[in-house]
Amino acid sequence: MNANTDFRICPESGLKIHRPAEALIKANAVLAVVFLLVGGVLGLLVGLTRWPEVHLLPADAFYKVLTGHGINVLIFWIIFFEVAVLHFASAVLLNSRMATPKLGWASTGLMLVGALLNNYAVLVKGNSSVMMTSYVPLPADTLFYVGLILFAVGALIHCFIFLGTLVIARGERTYEGSLPLVSFGALVACIIAIFTIASGAVILIPTLAWNLGLISHVDPGVYRLIWWAFGHSSQQINVATHVSIWYLTAALLFGAKPLSEKVSRFAFFLYIAVLQIASAHHLLVDPGLSAEWKIFNTSYAMYLAVMASMVHGLTVPGSIEAAQRAHGLNSGFFEWLRKAPWGNPVFSAMFLSLVGFGVLGGITGVVMGTEQINLVIHNTMYVPGHFHGTVVVGTTLAFMGITYWLVPVLFRRDLILKGVARWQPYVFAAGMSGVALFLMGAGTLGVPRRHWDILFSSAGAGNGYEFSAAALTLMSLNGLSAVLAALGGAMYIGVVVGSILFGRKLAENEKVGTLMVRAAPPAEKYHNIGMGTITIPGTMVLVGVFFVAFALYYFINWKFLAETWGLS
Amino acid sequence: MQDDDKDQPFMQKVLDNHFLLLFIGLAVPTLTYIVWGVMELVSLPIANP
Ligand code: HEM
Ligand SMILES: [Cu+2]
Repeated sequence: MNANTDFRICPESGLKIHRPAEALIKANAVLAVVFLLVGGVLGLLVGLTRWPEVHLLPADAFYKVLTGHGINVLIFWIIFFEVAVLHFASAVLLNSRMATPKLGWASTGLMLVGALLNNYAVLVKGNSSVMMTSYVPLPADTLFYVGLILFAVGALIHCFIFLGTLVIARGERTYEGSLPLVSFGALVACIIAIFTIASGAVILIPTLAWNLGLISHVDPGVYRLIWWAFGHSSQQINVATHVSIWYLTAALLFGAKPLSEKVSRFAFFLYIAVLQIASAHHLLVDPGLSAEWKIFNTSYAMYLAVMASMVHGLTVPGSIEAAQRAHGLNSGFFEWLRKAPWGNPVFSAMFLSLVGFGVLGGITGVVMGTEQINLVIHNTMYVPGHFHGTVVVGTTLAFMGITYWLVPVLFRRDLILKGVARWQPYVFAAGMSGVALFLMGAGTLGVPRRHWDILFSSAGAGNGYEFSAAALTLMSLNGLSAVLAALGGAMYIGVVVGSILFGRKLAENEKVGTLMVRAAPPAEKYHNIGMGTITIPGTMVLVGVFFVAFALYYFINWKFLAETWGLS
Repeated sequence: MQDDDKDQPFMQKVLDNHFLLLFIGLAVPTLTYIVWGVMELVSLPIANP
């Protein structure tokens, strides 16, 4: 193998890119976008059906489409993209060659076959409307489980290839000292992924055996316990990945360096140690599990992980503020933020993802993860409201943002429709924030999730159920937001797919022209920034506002709880 | 993993030992979430209708 022809130098970033790794990263990213398209269309259909005035689909189609929506976006879109990020953060960012690209192709092939089989069972055969959670004893088609298992095995092999690349990079000394922070974040994602996927296999393989009649039953309580080790931990892969993307974006576009590498790394370490056990928040009202188990796994330990997220939420904008000030934007509290590149979708998507994840997803997640106040909203629309804040405004938007950077760098194409790209993060964030907020509002008023007929209108006269006008209005507002979000999603897919197919080809050493990589400000510029002794006053103000909102909202929910039983 | 750097702080050594991190990331949730949880579920008495 000729080592020199296997690599090319990126004219934008100076990174040494291993071509076989690059090809594999591209393939996984493209597959991710395809499944986002499928899942997004299904999501729009879900949103339109739960819009009371529209109520688009009949009941059986609704549950079919809802199952397909959950699996395609939450599992296939996100995990294909994460595989791409893992190899990018190892082989590319470390200037290393990738371990066994051929095995990587085989794994991606397995994942693709698995995803297709699963979709075939859900959407074509139509006998697997068991929701993404596929709780036993709901029966799905055999291919449903086979598909998920093949997908999981493929993803697991990718994790081991990633670890292999790290070993190669360290052995060949392609980096000095400790693993750089972004790659370290990817390592954290990989570690969580291994636990996640192993848990998925541990529960889905017996479920397949039960489906084939080889064993008589799978205990529903144990199923739920272990399924959520998979279902929830996979969200923590997402968090570790999108936080890494935030750091990466700050470093690329601002030349920012973490306020304290040590603190950021330690925060990532807390993710490894205590984030996954928060899976227990899905079982807070399950019988059979003790309060000690529930509270230990959700509250006491999980708060350490929440703290870690808040550390990242402070240090990412803080490092951007410090870098901007060092670049000369040092006046007032917010000049650094006002003059940030808001027209560059790489930045705007990242920043909206950060704010949206913290405010919409983070605050509400802590509320829901508290055993007592979980009761107020359990199994209501509040739950999908919350996680469209985390996994859509947070993770999906972060992935969208970095795609705008990867298209020129990896695909060597200029973006088409730059004006559309510029607006896309705002449209998508606005629509999705609406979905998150209105669903949470409706859930607080008691509207159930996964429900085709909340008014029980098909139960015959006199058997209906009344919801307040406010609850129904919130569901209609959700429908409108769903349309806006779908438009934002379509803009993303249009720009990305269009650019990859029809964008102007960039010459071997051509740069894109827009700012892609900014040099770090020299160290001495960091002296004398900020106000008095505070180097990042703007971020401090933002963090203060966040904490006040957090505390208020937390206590409001305790008040809701008190009112539920008229205790006060 | 710089074994030659004996004077590195303890936490730095932990963070640089990727396979130790992998072990921690698997062991903690397996014990506190899965093993503890499964033990509670299987020790529930079976109903005899
Ligand atoms: C056009 C964009 C989207 C719209 C309009 C939308 C809308 C919705 C709505 C209204 C529900 C709740 C349905 C119910 O419980 O009855 C839902 C469920 C869900 N959504 Fe989305 N969504 C979108 C995109 C996404 C994305 C990008 C993700 C993940 C990355 C996602 C993940 C999920 C999941 C996991 C569920 C739960 C499914 C279940 O209960 O089994 N959605 N979506
Ligand atoms: Cu969860």
